[in-house]
Amino acid sequence: MSPDIEPLVSIRDLHFARGRKTIFDGVDIDIRRGQVTAIMGPSGTGKTTLLRLIGGQLRPDKGSVRVDGLEVPKLRTRELYRLRQRMGMLFQSGALLTDLNVFDNVAFPLREHTDLPESMIRDLVLMKLEAVGLRGARGLTTAELSGGMARRVALARAIALDPMMILYDEPFTGQDPISMGVLVKLIRELNDALGLTSVIVSHDVQETSAIADDIYLLSDGKVVAHGSPGELEHYDSEWARQFLKALPDGPVPFHYPAPDFAEDLLAGSEGGRAWQ
Amino acid sequence: MAIKGPAGWFQALGASALGFFERLGRGHLLLFSILGRLPALVPRFGLVVQQIYSVGVLSLLIILVSGLFVGMVLGLQGYYTLVDFGAEQSLGTVVALTLVRELGPVVAALLFAGRAGSALTAEIGLMKATEQLSGMEMMAVDPIKRTLAPRFLAGFLSLPLLAAIFSAIGIMGGYIVGVQLLGVDEGAYWSQMQNSVNFWDDIINGVIKSLAFGFVASWIAVFEGYDAVPTSEGVSRATTRTVVHTSLAVLGLDFILTALMFGEP
Repeated sequence: MSPDIEPLVSIRDLHFARGRKTIFDGVDIDIRRGQVTAIMGPSGTGKTTLLRLIGGQLRPDKGSVRVDGLEVPKLRTRELYRLRQRMGMLFQSGALLTDLNVFDNVAFPLREHTDLPESMIRDLVLMKLEAVGLRGARGLTTAELSGGMARRVALARAIALDPMMILYDEPFTGQDPISMGVLVKLIRELNDALGLTSVIVSHDVQETSAIADDIYLLSDGKVVAHGSPGELEHYDSEWARQFLKALPDGPVPFHYPAPDFAEDLLAGSEGGRAWQ
Repeated sequence: MAIKGPAGWFQALGASALGFFERLGRGHLLLFSILGRLPALVPRFGLVVQQIYSVGVLSLLIILVSGLFVGMVLGLQGYYTLVDFGAEQSLGTVVALTLVRELGPVVAALLFAGRAGSALTAEIGLMKATEQLSGMEMMAVDPIKRTLAPRFLAGFLSLPLLAAIFSAIGIMGGYIVGVQLLGVDEGAYWSQMQNSVNFWDDIINGVIKSLAFGFVASWIAVFEGYDAVPTSEGVSRATTRTVVHTSLAVLGLDFILTALMFGEP
């Protein structure tokens, strides 16, 4: 798809702070339609916060977040809810409703937002579950699911209303190699088969690079690198190299800031707070 | 920055007072948004019925057993006090008035806080901690309307019924001890009760009390869950706070309501 077409999500000069901690300090991101865009960065760089800003659960301090032409922070609750019906979000934990079984979890958005007869809901739910390979698991309770299965059920639920975009929050964290492979394949295939736009927030470099069309690297509230996976491999930034190659030391130091080690040992028994 | 010395104590005092009023404000805002969403529950009353089952029906056993024992103790204590004055025939009055006016609403509310309020807080707090509430929001489903409002309404409707059951079973407990075991005349037990318990002054006032307690207990339980810090420690603290705050609120409110209802005209 040509990059000239207006991006689905366009973030400009985004500023956001939590208390005194600056999370975003002038971030520009474009998420192009039909593509898988990855947002990567170390833990604590506000990747999840970014998804919440796109979904309108948080408001930026400054800057604009436009989704499909709508300025998200300015939407009224009703308009925001209408927009969210066109977005799916996959939470890190899956966020399945624990009082419902697998079938009812996938049926939940359909029952809440449509007046479809129960027979049609059943067909739709089975189709979505079939797409993630869990049609046979429809009767299980959420407690009976493994972590990978829970994420796949959550994915089936996220596509239940045929959204235009899916936001994935750390989809690969804590998965065994097999379910990781399944998720990687599912994200790419669903994106292409359903004509979705996907945003993956992750720090799993290998898996994410394998399926992403476009990657943004975030650090300290700024975009430090941007490009396709191929471009990033040759990116001229120490930091990007350390992150992508998983080097233990580099621009991001191994040590948390601390006083001189020898002085610290000699400081005696004043406890851990002596120098603070 | 923490200041040391007496100025620091003032700072801490001020901070905790501010924190208290902030929570009070958040609690009221949540209450208003729950109340505003109650009409939307009418077409989906099934959601409320589900919650009445888990909040009310599942509390029945503890209410029945406690009510029976409280009534039996009232029968015993009442009998031993009254028999000194030869007034044991009035046992029915003593048991019924104590239960209907005071112990029914109050003890049922305290048990409700321990059994159902704590469960509500823990459930909502865990839903928050596991991102279920956030997930609903992202699915364009309002968690206050879908999750909090039905639970609040179920608690509000259940407690008066539980209190009525508590009083009724307590009167039976008093009957078993007083009439069957200690030999109070059966006719006297019931007829004295009938003569002295007034429907409006005693029973309806008791129902009003338990409606007030149901409102406060459900409000506290739902708010504490929704406002909980989304960690295991936060949820456990919130659950404790629900029981403690509900108990204090019920007892304090009981004094105020009693003074208003049963004071000299």
